[in-house]
Amino acid sequence: MSAPSAPGAASGAAVVARVLALVHDRAAGAEAEVVVRSGTSALTRFANSFIHQNVAEDISHVALRVALDGHVAATSLDGTADDDALARLVGAAFDAAAVSPVDDSWPGVTPPVDVPAVDHWDEATAAVTPDDRARGVAAFVAAAGGLVTAGALSTDAIHTVFANTAGLAAEGRVTLAALDAIARTATSDGVARSSAVAFADIDTRAAGERAAGKARAAADPTDLEPGRYEVVIEPSCVANVVGFLLGYGFGGRAVEEGRSFVRLGEPQLDASLTIRDDVTHVRMAGLGFDPEGTPRLPLDLVRDGVPRAILHDRRTAAKAGTASTGNAMLGANPWGAVPASLVIEPGALSPEALVRDMERGILVSDFWYTRVLDPRTLVVTGLTRNGAWLVEDGRIVRPVRNLRFTQSYVEAIAPGRIRGIGTDQSLLADEDAGSFLVPSLRLGSWNFTGGAKG
Amino acid sequence: MDDLAVAAVEAALVAGARYADARAMDSRAEVVAARNGVLDAVHRDERTGVGVRALIGSSWGFAAVPDASPAAARAAGERAAAIARASTLVAGPALKLAPVPPAAGRWASECLEDPWSVPLDEKVALLEGVTQVMRDHGATTAEATTRVWETRKWFASSEGARIEQHIRECGGGMSATVVGDGETQRRSYPGIRGQYGTRGWELVREIDLPANAARIADEARALLAAPACPSLEATDLILGGEQMALQIHESVGHAVELDRILGWEAAYAGTSWLDLAELGRLRFGSPLMTITADATLPGALGSFGYDDEGTPAHPVDIVREGVWVGVLSGRDSAAIAGLEPGGAVRADGFNRIPMVRMTNVGLLPGEHTLDEMIAATDDGILMDTNRSWSIDDKRLNFQFGCEIGWEIKGGKRGRLLRNPTYTGISPRFWGSMDMLGNRDEWRIWGTPNCGKGQPGQIGHTGHPAAPARFRGMRVGVRG
Repeated sequence: MSAPSAPGAASGAAVVARVLALVHDRAAGAEAEVVVRSGTSALTRFANSFIHQNVAEDISHVALRVALDGHVAATSLDGTADDDALARLVGAAFDAAAVSPVDDSWPGVTPPVDVPAVDHWDEATAAVTPDDRARGVAAFVAAAGGLVTAGALSTDAIHTVFANTAGLAAEGRVTLAALDAIARTATSDGVARSSAVAFADIDTRAAGERAAGKARAAADPTDLEPGRYEVVIEPSCVANVVGFLLGYGFGGRAVEEGRSFVRLGEPQLDASLTIRDDVTHVRMAGLGFDPEGTPRLPLDLVRDGVPRAILHDRRTAAKAGTASTGNAMLGANPWGAVPASLVIEPGALSPEALVRDMERGILVSDFWYTRVLDPRTLVVTGLTRNGAWLVEDGRIVRPVRNLRFTQSYVEAIAPGRIRGIGTDQSLLADEDAGSFLVPSLRLGSWNFTGGAKG
Repeated sequence: MDDLAVAAVEAALVAGARYADARAMDSRAEVVAARNGVLDAVHRDERTGVGVRALIGSSWGFAAVPDASPAAARAAGERAAAIARASTLVAGPALKLAPVPPAAGRWASECLEDPWSVPLDEKVALLEGVTQVMRDHGATTAEATTRVWETRKWFASSEGARIEQHIRECGGGMSATVVGDGETQRRSYPGIRGQYGTRGWELVREIDLPANAARIADEARALLAAPACPSLEATDLILGGEQMALQIHESVGHAVELDRILGWEAAYAGTSWLDLAELGRLRFGSPLMTITADATLPGALGSFGYDDEGTPAHPVDIVREGVWVGVLSGRDSAAIAGLEPGGAVRADGFNRIPMVRMTNVGLLPGEHTLDEMIAATDDGILMDTNRSWSIDDKRLNFQFGCEIGWEIKGGKRGRLLRNPTYTGISPRFWGSMDMLGNRDEWRIWGTPNCGKGQPGQIGHTGHPAAPARFRGMRVGVRG
């Protein structure tokens, strides 16, 4: 099999240097920042218990932002980073900047600063082959004990090189392996997920057994009357809640424009809740700097239920009179800063204990298709998926059909609403959507507004 | 570039593939965005590379390389075959691709005014101008965006197909958001995502953003003071055309994707409530409901000459007078289901595997005007412009929110209603449709952000739609 042809860190640094030289040649006084991402991304997908899509791509992405006398523009390139292509990239950026009005909120490029030593990299994962992934899928399928299976097993190995005209340079690399798969009965699905920096830490056989066990336990569900129920929500649901909470409430742009519910320093959330953005966590995935080169230092966003910090890129930070938190996104986006590596530390209760303490409630595996009805109150509608069970007097009594909910996520974790935090802290990582290291939560009330069949 | 696709295919065959196809692509895109009267972003990107698909036994492999050299294309072909061979370790049932005569052809979308020839400062002035007007009319946040895409692709297959396509797409939109005491309200134009098509800059001129900027800001402010949509278990609901496009996309378009019906998306996007055994006789909706998937509609965002398997674009009946009669399919899924290939397979760039995607999925027009629907409604609610959308993994249970609502009493449009939502079950909902907009009300909407697949792909789809009335709908679901 042919070796991947994408450049590694060394050639990435050469591309960055070449782009900055071209910028200098074009306008010596211009500011510029360059990000080069290179590597391989591969994903093996299966359904009906066989591999039906199996893909790999080499990545060669060059992103440039220039500012000349306050005129700012950005360009990017996916393709061969040869001299002609890089010259076009630089030329297009200056052409766009030339017709852009002066950007009064341009914060300038990041000055030289130390970047934390973060290296979530596993050499063996970077060398995983399609055969390795196929064998992993085969183990999942076999462990499901005859149930129909479906899912995806992926590996990514990406080098990132950053430099700007202020002299800041940074390099990083990330490997990530992830399994997200289900086993299916005729009436139910059971899910298992596992993410890690090292492919060797993904036990697909154990995941297949877990998914099959959950599918069998969820089989033949019956309807449950909608209404307010106590819930235990598993880590993927918690990641969904925290992602919305941070994405809509803690972004500098949302705060600046009055769309956020957050009031720093006030006890708006349950006192048991502490949320950190922390790419340095030993189990986390991600880079030690953002696409503007800002170091991503550990940050307490919520401490003991009290919002403590807002996520910023350089632009929103400058407007707020503070420093960037290292949460910029690559490329054009209307959101501003976004959360990237969220951590909720595990609690003292096992998942079984969380359920045991519930008088009457629902255990939920996954949320699905969640959408915000109002960004300020964070009322969200969505459905349960991959298993929900009615719990009475601390015991699971029966699986229930999927339910629709319409619930304010802020209210769901308001003071007094979190009744337990699980020990089952799990990494849910995605190359596009960020990483969450979160446990299960037991919540006092969740508003189910209908059954999936009406 | 045609040589690159051929080289990739030949390399895959030498490496053991029994079938291979490849797309060499050269594409570029532009986003211009303004916020509150000033430019927010100008971003241009270009992408060049080759993606190749190889079939060994019944197992697929796909490899992509961001490199337009013959050596890289050949390496991608070999790699695709190696990946396909790995797939045989967990192989599926025997597969014979549904036959499609190998095409040799060229196709280009119609473009009256090349979007790339429009000076960037003109685009900036347009967007800064409309966002400033919205600010002047009370918007807390005023946003406007234009987008342009241009794609040239060369397709080759081991069966001898050789196809070149040149597709230009563009469009834009704007929104005004106001922040009140404890909540926000937003109005968008022409729709939540704007309006897009396989057309030139003439589309942006036609939607006339400046003529609508003040209105939507005024409406957003008015919504803050409007009463909330009442919570009713059953009322008559009239949906505007933009919301109907979303309704069709979510509850019909995705439900009739054959890969979902076959279970290929079970772990991620989900499956479908539809069972192939009922194709041709299942009642999906009322007799007013006739839906086609037609990639030949001029200027629509889901139009093309050939799909990414080389199948010529053609119309496919999906629902005929309320009866489910067709699906969206490709050569492998159609073969498994025993159907004709639907020509609905596309990829989001050279680096993504082609998969079943919507083309232009929408309603044929009915007989009524919106005014006639309102006049015929004694007690109901009119809603328009999508604000939120959520639907279950079988595409059966949905809850959608709109930006704006109006009370209807005694056949007249009354006061504004804020935060309108409705919920339903797909076949019951479509079965309750008793009035449908006529040709004058009918419009093809473009959706430029349809997500599907792993790794994620963004699809461009079109949706012919018109206002319609539904009886006995549950509205006003709250948290």
